[in-house]
Amino acid sequence: MNEQSPALRNFTINFGPQHPAAHGVLRLVLELDGEVVERVDPHIGLLHRGTEKLIETKTYLQAMPYFDRLDYVAPMNQEHAFCLAAERLLGIEVPRRGQLIRVLYSEIGRLLSHLLNVTTQAMDVGALTPPLWGFEEREKLMVFYERASGSRMHANYFRIGGVHQDLPPKLIDDIDAFCDPFLKVVDDLDQLLTGNRIFKQRNVDIGVVTLKQAWEWGFSGVMVRGSGAAWDLRKSQPYDVYAEMEFDVPIGKNGDCYDRYLIRMEEMRQSVRIMKQCIQKLRAPDGQGPVVVTDNKIAPPRRGEMKRSMEALIHHFKLYTEGVHVPAGEIYAAVEAPKGEFGVYLVSDGSNKPYKCKIRAPGFAHLQAMDFLCRGHLLADVSAILGSLDIVFGEVDR
Amino acid sequence: MDDGRLDALGQTIVSALPGAALGHSVAFNQLTVDIEPTRIVEVAKYLRDDPACRFVNITDITAVDYPERAKRFDVVYHFLSPTLNARVRLKGQADEATQVPSLIDVFPGADWFEREAYDLYGVIFVGHPDMRRLLTDYGFDGHPLRKDFPTTGFVEVRYDDQEKRVIYEPVRLNQEFRKFDFLSPWEGADYPLPGDEKATK
Repeated sequence: MNEQSPALRNFTINFGPQHPAAHGVLRLVLELDGEVVERVDPHIGLLHRGTEKLIETKTYLQAMPYFDRLDYVAPMNQEHAFCLAAERLLGIEVPRRGQLIRVLYSEIGRLLSHLLNVTTQAMDVGALTPPLWGFEEREKLMVFYERASGSRMHANYFRIGGVHQDLPPKLIDDIDAFCDPFLKVVDDLDQLLTGNRIFKQRNVDIGVVTLKQAWEWGFSGVMVRGSGAAWDLRKSQPYDVYAEMEFDVPIGKNGDCYDRYLIRMEEMRQSVRIMKQCIQKLRAPDGQGPVVVTDNKIAPPRRGEMKRSMEALIHHFKLYTEGVHVPAGEIYAAVEAPKGEFGVYLVSDGSNKPYKCKIRAPGFAHLQAMDFLCRGHLLADVSAILGSLDIVFGEVDR
Repeated sequence: MDDGRLDALGQTIVSALPGAALGHSVAFNQLTVDIEPTRIVEVAKYLRDDPACRFVNITDITAVDYPERAKRFDVVYHFLSPTLNARVRLKGQADEATQVPSLIDVFPGADWFEREAYDLYGVIFVGHPDMRRLLTDYGFDGHPLRKDFPTTGFVEVRYDDQEKRVIYEPVRLNQEFRKFDFLSPWEGADYPLPGDEKATK
């Protein structure tokens, strides 16, 4: 090289905040050496809405809708964590039918999330058909959300002590009828992607994480299962009726993007298995009964009762104005959300509002490892890795 | 893990780290260890490496604000041990000037959790290589999750068509911020209700 040649220097580019592969409002500052990524600096917070601050000024019931708006592709799973935290502080047991409905809808949430993630990950690496097929199924699932709660996405359906309303029998039949044809769609997606040469070229051996690294970076869910840990909170620390459900936990061997894709595909099949068991148990005689605790100091009385009983009316009024008083204490409750461990650290001072509600989002811990995951990869791999992390900005920015 | 084994684990941790781990308690089937926050690195290393603990997964770092206390913050760490299938919570008291050592050398995953705690509460972590604000706006002033920070904030932004840029202005509320407080005056409420002054006169 002669002396006149210009000095080589690294190139810094801005990826996002408005980029289809950024899955929302992520701004990545990438330092490139040619096409090799030298450093990644994610800038987050563009969707920060101060959820935790707002929850501190609201009663427990009013805090519930904020959880739908965190990971907005699987809203009910977040509500579940908050309900569990408050229920443990209150020391109440949810009726069996309520637990079954919550598990059923948590699994529907898992399908919603995995369908979105698997198909958009395929889109990030160049395939357009999977999202079209997957979104058709998501539409059907959102109709189930709507028929239970009145809303397609921001359900606000779970309550402290159970769920808001019982499911009509026709809805249970329709969810049952959905299950088997859905497995066919998963098989179709499988055929489209799993053996696909381009999909494999873009995902195999990309973004490899060893198990030790996965733990110390604070990963959870699919990210540790992909690296070989048989760790699923539904199995290891079961909540609600997960203890009596039969399902398998798929794990990966290589910890790369492709293994994480395979795990998500298998988890969808396992979710359908759990949904079928829930439906069967909901129809059984011991699956009947109330869907929310009958203590009117915690859950409101039924509408019909309020028309006749003065006491029921007073309870209703007090619950919707003052709200529930949760005994003082602190608790960390976590659920296996589709993206990983979603936890709520709740500190109560005994009043009707949470003193502190820290939301531990799985995507937050995963996204901070972007620099470590992408270093040395090519620029095109950044979007593949980002796709396999399963990031939703509602929960990362809170 | 049941309460008895958690209690035993707590005792082991406290006796192994005199001066750093100050005491322990078990509530709601969860173990809490009170620590001296300036010695968090030592505690975290012990929890990670001791064969009886193996708390290899960092779950969360956050703070809780109690403005009426001399040391206003509780810095709270959560760890998970997949081997024991148990969680532990570490709590240490700090104030605005306490220099809490960063955990980033022990757990790289502490990175953003510490940045977030600094951003939202103003807890100072020393030894962190990249301590910038994380969630709030570029150039934001204040720590929003402190109890003395108003929910409405101090500034609002809008796009100014004349200046062709986003401008910051002090918050102007067209309607007064409505604070619904329905605490029962017979139990809990500790503020004067309208008309109370007549009763005491």
